[in-house]
Amino acid sequence: MTPLKKLLGDRDIELFIGQVLRTGVITASSIALLGGLLYLVQQGAASVPDYSAFKGEGADYTSFRGIFHGVATGNATEIIQLGVLVLLATPILRIFFSLIAFALEKDKLYVVITTIVLGIILFSMFGGLKI
Amino acid sequence: MNILIFSVILLGSAYMAGLLGSITGLGGGVILIPLLTLIFHVDIRYAIGTALLASIANSSGAATAYIKEGITNIRLGMFLEIATTAGAVGGALIAIFMPVNAIAILLGVVLIFSAAMTIRKKHVHAEQTGSKLSYLLKLNSSYPTPNGVVAYKLKNVGGGFSIMLLAGILSGLLGIGSGALKVLAMDSTMRIPFKVSTTTSNFMIGVTAAASAVVYLQRGYIDPGIAFPVILGVLAGAFTGARILTYINPTTLRIIFGIAITFVAIEMIYNGLHHQF
Repeated sequence: MTPLKKLLGDRDIELFIGQVLRTGVITASSIALLGGLLYLVQQGAASVPDYSAFKGEGADYTSFRGIFHGVATGNATEIIQLGVLVLLATPILRIFFSLIAFALEKDKLYVVITTIVLGIILFSMFGGLKI
Repeated sequence: MNILIFSVILLGSAYMAGLLGSITGLGGGVILIPLLTLIFHVDIRYAIGTALLASIANSSGAATAYIKEGITNIRLGMFLEIATTAGAVGGALIAIFMPVNAIAILLGVVLIFSAAMTIRKKHVHAEQTGSKLSYLLKLNSSYPTPNGVVAYKLKNVGGGFSIMLLAGILSGLLGIGSGALKVLAMDSTMRIPFKVSTTTSNFMIGVTAAASAVVYLQRGYIDPGIAFPVILGVLAGAFTGARILTYINPTTLRIIFGIAITFVAIEMIYNGLHHQF
């Protein structure tokens, strides 16, 4: 029960949220570094793709399925995209933990406010905005 | 140029962008987008997707330190994130229908505004009477200063919320953190002490950027070959910047940088008007 009790202090919650953010960023950049090194070893000598013309990335880089499939087969670029996913997930996770924290504090008003923010982000993730 | 050389140069440039972004308080994105488009000739859509990632990395990395100091007003940040995330998703949607040139011109205008904001007078006074909404939403708080803990109260919460909505839209549309607008909303409109508004703004940027970055990722704006040097470079630069910030006086640097950004902005607008994007 001690860790839970400790979490109930307002200040501890803030520090915990800070820790979540730091861990997320470190994890994301480590994955991106790993994928990046692998990418350079495999394709470093090839010439740079033409980034001046926008083509848009395919499903391999833009969908959960594509990214995880690529990671499973050890594809360097998909490992980088996994790092990108972790980076995107970090602030979202932060909101989720804030929601739990406000619930533990029984701060109903802020449970509602946090749920709205989380709802907007989840809407943009799953709301069929993909065009 | 091969991929190895491109990645190393981009890594170095992103490092400088992160360093300058954190010292001047403008954030990495403001420097990254002109850098990628004007120097590396990367399409502005890839640049926007990448810059959003840089903003998230920057914000999440720095927030930890500020939270530890107890300056960030987390309740205020959460409340205003309703406005910024809703705006950001809206902005990312509008971006589909906006011509690339218009985005470049708008970005130039916002850059000039951001540069002007860094050299204006800062609000340090802590207000002692708050508006009705500030009590209702439990937004009034206190923060540590060298002279002890200072309590502050908020004015004009509705006005601040509206500016945040605009900040969110611009962030989603242009891929920048809109830090300058966020500070304007908190600092000048809600009358929050400067230190609290900058740290709370920084705290919010990560969530705002994530709301629109999800849309951009799905739309294929984020390329791994550009993303990895930028994420690593900006993060390392921002960490270095936070370290050396305690030893240097950034005022002169801010002015020089503000002028430099203005020139870059004019070039963005010029290129936008001549359809070079």
